[in-house]
Amino acid sequence: MTLRVAVIQFPGSNDDRDAVWSLKALGADASLVWHAQSELPAGTAAVVLPGGFSYGDYLRSGAIARFAPVMEAVRAFAAGGGLVLGICNGFQILCEADLLPGVLRPNASLSFVCRDVELRVERADTPFTSRCQEGQRLVIPVKHHDGAWFAPPDLVTQLEERGQILLRYEDNPNGAVADVAAVTNEGGNVMGLMPHPEHAVDPLLGSGDGALILASLLDAARERESAAVVGA
Amino acid sequence: MRATVLVRPKEGILDPQGQAVEQSLRKLGFAVADARIGRVVDVEVEASSADEARKQVDEMCRQLLANPLVESYEVEVHE
Repeated sequence: MTLRVAVIQFPGSNDDRDAVWSLKALGADASLVWHAQSELPAGTAAVVLPGGFSYGDYLRSGAIARFAPVMEAVRAFAAGGGLVLGICNGFQILCEADLLPGVLRPNASLSFVCRDVELRVERADTPFTSRCQEGQRLVIPVKHHDGAWFAPPDLVTQLEERGQILLRYEDNPNGAVADVAAVTNEGGNVMGLMPHPEHAVDPLLGSGDGALILASLLDAARERESAAVVGA
Repeated sequence: MRATVLVRPKEGILDPQGQAVEQSLRKLGFAVADARIGRVVDVEVEASSADEARKQVDEMCRQLLANPLVESYEVEVHE
């Protein structure tokens, strides 16, 4: 049975099709789910919030998208332990929705950054990094204007102690606090990252390292599904 | 009733826009020590009193208009 992955499409999403394409290339049954839906398709095993400029990024990136009808369903899915991955704008939305700690601010340089960056894997024992090695360097592109992750110092310390920071920039492209490129929620089932793994699944495009993140997610979703079957 | 919301980056929060504007002002010859950039939101609310309007707008700020991690806000109600 193929894994059903819901890629949420907001007005202004623009990496939604790439997300679907790469998840399909990795063997998942990925499809777009319109933001106005109030439910996720039956049998959804994982949810991806793609990159883009949802609702024009008006007010603050992700601030309006968090109120989209589908977000209630995503919230419930996450509360039940479901795996949720937010990429770029998806990360911003998850932070604004309080499903992830911190907030994404305009890049310190005020420039749009669009290039490959090197990331250091801080933990490999998570649903989003299990195909990586701890300390491994991944090359995955970023393309954003509001990618400077921020959290107050005491929150950063807390996240570090709990191991919620999964990826850090080797050469910080946006001014993110503590070089944070990816964080998870306390439960470890929701992750957001600014780099775009869906743009790095084929070495022909420069790097295949993004596939490690997406394939980790699919592995974890598959494990969850089989555990649920056994449990039933 | 009309209300004005002023949203500001909290003290200590990096404000690259403000920095860029500060530098431009200095280049123009102004003796500027600091510039911070926030946002103004004017709203027209249906409320029977200024207090009620303030309460509503305060709730708007909490739910949407400001992110408490990095922004502070002030509400001004025009009677």
